Amino acid sequence: MTGETMLEVRGVSAGYGGFRALFDVSLEVKPGEAVAVIGPNGAGKTTLLRVISKLIAASAGEIRMEGTSLGSVPPDKVVELGIAHVPENRRLFPRLTVEENLRMGAYAPSARARYRERLDFVYELFPRMRERRNQLAGTMSGGEQQMCAIGRALMSGPKLLLMDEPSAGLAPVIVQQVFKLVERIRAEGYTVLIVEQNVQQVLRVVDRAYLLEVGTIRLSGRSEELLASDEIRQSYLGL
Amino acid sequence: MFDIFLLEAVINGVLLGGVLALLALGLNLVFGVIDVVWICYAELVMVGMYTIWWLFVHYGVPLPIAIAAAIALVSLCGVALHQLVIRPVLGTPPINQLLVTGGVLFFMQAAATLAFGVEFRNLGLRMPIVEVSDMFFSFARILAFGTALVGVLVLWLFLTRTYLGTAIRAISQDREIMPLMGVDPRKIYLTTSAIGGGMAGVAASLLALQYDVHPAIGLSFGPITFMICVLGGLGNMAGGFIAAFVFAQFISVGGFYFQIEWGYVLAFAFFIVMMFVKPQGLFSR
Ligand SMILES: Nc1ncnc2c1ncn2[C@@H]1O[C@H](COP(=O)(O)OP(=O)(O)O)[C@@H](O)[C@H]1O
Ligand SMILES: [Mg+2]
Repeated sequence: MTGETMLEVRGVSAGYGGFRALFDVSLEVKPGEAVAVIGPNGAGKTTLLRVISKLIAASAGEIRMEGTSLGSVPPDKVVELGIAHVPENRRLFPRLTVEENLRMGAYAPSARARYRERLDFVYELFPRMRERRNQLAGTMSGGEQQMCAIGRALMSGPKLLLMDEPSAGLAPVIVQQVFKLVERIRAEGYTVLIVEQNVQQVLRVVDRAYLLEVGTIRLSGRSEELLASDEIRQSYLGL
Repeated sequence: MFDIFLLEAVINGVLLGGVLALLALGLNLVFGVIDVVWICYAELVMVGMYTIWWLFVHYGVPLPIAIAAAIALVSLCGVALHQLVIRPVLGTPPINQLLVTGGVLFFMQAAATLAFGVEFRNLGLRMPIVEVSDMFFSFARILAFGTALVGVLVLWLFLTRTYLGTAIRAISQDREIMPLMGVDPRKIYLTTSAIGGGMAGVAASLLALQYDVHPAIGLSFGPITFMICVLGGLGNMAGGFIAAFVFAQFISVGGFYFQIEWGYVLAFAFFIVMMFVKPQGLFSR
């Protein structure tokens, strides 16, 4: 174990075919922290989360979860190390019911044993999901789908939650609710790494953030520092 | 006017529908999950029928054991088909997939001819005829119908109540994120192929009780199985189930009014008309 660090990303490069989307990216997340990666469209934020979950392979660098290198871990075993990923655009199974989507989140053998308990927990966190448990996930509103996607990730009993733009494509009122949700998830003791373009709002709910531009970390620091920095204020807050 | 012979034909149609539904189910499952049509599906059924005949007639293996062995073997054939033939062409244009599984069809027909000759073989069983208030039904058909319904029910429970079954339904909706759920897509494909093969094996054991087996038997069941799947909406298992009973009525009742061959002609004509009216199937997803 490398002391205090939960997730450690060191010198990671990755891309698609011949195209490189990430260049020598390093970051870390400590237990109990909420950390954001902000940056414009196409910066490589989604790619970064995909590499951490091993949906795509890194071409260089190393990723460690609680000291364990992910290098030799197959993609379908990453979740058993305590990493759950709420993907971009939610990606629910539209023709499965809400409860079947949640069941998929508990697919890993270690999670099945605690299915009931965690289902109750998710339903307590999102009573709306209990009401809609037999509804097809694809027929719900965007905000409800986001709850279901977060619930599905929590069903694996993760330590670290990766969230990819949970507020994207939602009405402004719902966006507020989603950031409240993120705060509640934090309060439940989960460690969070969240990707967002909604810079002003995400910086209010996280401890630290990294600015990713064209595949490179440009800036990092505590949320208050970044909110006050000229670069962020001019480019991302329009002030 | 009440016609008892018509009623007999309708009930026989329902019994036939059960077997056709089971046949269609395996093909539909594989298509729905892997997105590949096993053109050689009916030839897998043939492998099962020959296995039963060979073990039972040649080696005197008790019928239930011969049937269990055939189901296991055809299930393995499904796995082998996926590993050796389908996997290399996954993600290539559908025409390639049709051509390779079509190639397997002719290979299996030729192999069966070499191994067993062109003769028609049967189990030599005499199945009783059941009489219900002046109507006559073959016991083999009743047995096949009952087994087919149980098979459909078991598969449905498996797909809706278990983790593995839920993953099988989920993967066709979003393959890319399956690893995030802790699922290895390759294992799901292999499991689905094993189940699809197993369904072909169960169908084989029901058909072996009623029909002779010969190298071209796949041509008797293959086309109608595809038409049922297409009519029900390829990959839609509930649609295929209903379509099987619709087809069976055409064959049975059409055969009653005209001749049995005319029943098939009517069923195929209905299919062609439906393809003009609703090309995506009666119950497209
Ligand atoms: N599947 C893909 N194939 C090829 N290029 C991709 C793919 N996904 C993303 N990219 C490219 O990689 C870069 C980073 O994309 P992405 O990680 O999605 O950015 P972000 O999430 O920050 O908007 C972009 O230039 C994008 O066009
Ligand atoms: Mg993105």
